[in-house]
Amino acid sequence: MSQQAVPTGGQTAARSDDIVGMQQFDTLPRRLVVVYLPLAVFVFVLLFPFYWMAVTAVKPNYQLTDYENYSPFWVVEPTLEHIRFLLFETSYPGWLWNTMLISVASTVLSLLASVFAAYAIERVRYTGARVTGLAIFLAYLVPPSILFIPLAFIVFQVGIFDTRLALILTYPTFLIPFCTWLLMSYFRSIPFELEESALVDGATRWQVLTKVILPLSVPGLISAGIFAFTLSWNEFIYALTFISSSENKTVPVGVLTELVRGDIFEWGALMAGALIGSLPVVILYSFFVDYYVSSMTGAVKE
Amino acid sequence: MARPQRPQRASLLSRIAESRNGAGLIYMLPAAAFLLCFLTYPLGLGVWLGFTDARIGRPGQFIGLENYIWLGRDPVFWLSVFNTMVYTLIASVLKFALGLWLALILNQHLPAKSFFRAIVLLPWVVPTVLSALAFWWIFDSQFSIISYVLLEIGLIEQPINFLGDPTNARLSVIAANVWRGIPFVAICLLAGLQTIPQSLNEAAALDGATSWQRFTKITLPLLTPIIAVVMTFSVLFTFTDFQLIYVLTRGGPVNATHLMATLSFQRAIPGGQLGEGAAIAVAMIPFLLAAILFSFFGLQRRRWQQGGGD
Repeated sequence: MSQQAVPTGGQTAARSDDIVGMQQFDTLPRRLVVVYLPLAVFVFVLLFPFYWMAVTAVKPNYQLTDYENYSPFWVVEPTLEHIRFLLFETSYPGWLWNTMLISVASTVLSLLASVFAAYAIERVRYTGARVTGLAIFLAYLVPPSILFIPLAFIVFQVGIFDTRLALILTYPTFLIPFCTWLLMSYFRSIPFELEESALVDGATRWQVLTKVILPLSVPGLISAGIFAFTLSWNEFIYALTFISSSENKTVPVGVLTELVRGDIFEWGALMAGALIGSLPVVILYSFFVDYYVSSMTGAVKE
Repeated sequence: MARPQRPQRASLLSRIAESRNGAGLIYMLPAAAFLLCFLTYPLGLGVWLGFTDARIGRPGQFIGLENYIWLGRDPVFWLSVFNTMVYTLIASVLKFALGLWLALILNQHLPAKSFFRAIVLLPWVVPTVLSALAFWWIFDSQFSIISYVLLEIGLIEQPINFLGDPTNARLSVIAANVWRGIPFVAICLLAGLQTIPQSLNEAAALDGATSWQRFTKITLPLLTPIIAVVMTFSVLFTFTDFQLIYVLTRGGPVNATHLMATLSFQRAIPGGQLGEGAAIAVAMIPFLLAAILFSFFGLQRRRWQQGGGD
């Protein structure tokens, strides 16, 4: 090993770390067993449920449970019957619309509140800013499953039970801490000098925030916005608790409570519902993978 | 006068807005109002409700520790505590081991690396309830695809009763949880791995370290702080999990998969006993505090390692 490394070592010493790495020591069969085979298994296991969802969603009912005559792994005559049923004979389109409306509204609300809060904590640096920052982080760790009972109580008392407003107002409880925490770390990376020179030129704090900080933190805002949108799209326990009438339900709750009836499961329609309900976040995710990853790992790393 | 001079006495509002603490207060106001109304207050209210006999639509009387005494004698509650522990422990260990493995694989030089990274994260992106529905169908007692494959190979004689048998049901929900959790752990650890300079590994290799030695003496120690934080998050999410259980088993069969969160929901919302449900939720707090403290010290250590003061 070291004999091989000596001649190449001299040549690559001046170059940066990661050009060749130590890949040269790995033979192809070894890489096949150590890297590619496990990777293939991981990818298969992680993606199989989606494949299974998609296959079931377009499978005609007579093939669905007939494993004797039809291989379960693919479809002979794909049908759009389940999707048609979902879109025209259930309240599914309404649930999609509700989920979209609630997610967008709570994301926008949270982003607005978070930008101000993060700016105040990170840049105005008022007395107690550090303690507030820590409190925000702790607030992020409070799980919805211990808040939903008292929140249900409050929602009932305020009189917004079974309305979309109930969800728009309660989702920021987990979105604001997350977005603030993320934006704080983003604002920290913007040089102080920019802000100082704007202040010297007579800008007010409001102008500094809107004309200097915000334009520079667009990537951070996108990261926070996308992640917040996904979180609210995926939310379940509040929506399950606070909403009772069918027309106000969100996709996850609607699919589970209205499409599952009795003993005969409409597997085709259920899987179609799950698939279509996942599409908006998956599409959004596929456009902004890097932003999504950076916000996910950013929340952990800071 | 070329420029309008600043008025001698600025209005009260603008003076507040320009002072450090005044501006801080104004900018904090929206977030603080939201969090105080819908987070801090409910948290306190939840603790209070745990001491009352509140029902849906009725405020309830203070009854002291009665809910907790009642729960202390309730075998279902203790079963749910046990289940939560087992579920969290097994799922977290598996998520960590498999997630770290996947992160190490993805850290290699691979063709189409960013593509793999993107699709691997899909289980985490998709709404839990919707992917849990797919698992419900995969775990069907009659038409499970897993049973079908195993029957075809000849490993089993009967379809596996995934969700009807207590042990199988526990393993099945853990499997579904691990499936969803691996990507999160893997991608976060991958981000940590990418900050480890390759030159350290090369230097150790030149000194004759085997790949196992390089892993245990270089990679793991440098990764420890981020592992601590990632696993705290993972434990926290797993411990308070609700959605997966609610879709797959609703706590059944015979309460074998009831977690504290699902039991609290079942007692409070369909059962109407808000007080009792709140008491179960409050009983989760000590565990969460332990995890949060752990995370806090993980963060401190990381900061210290990076040599930063503040």
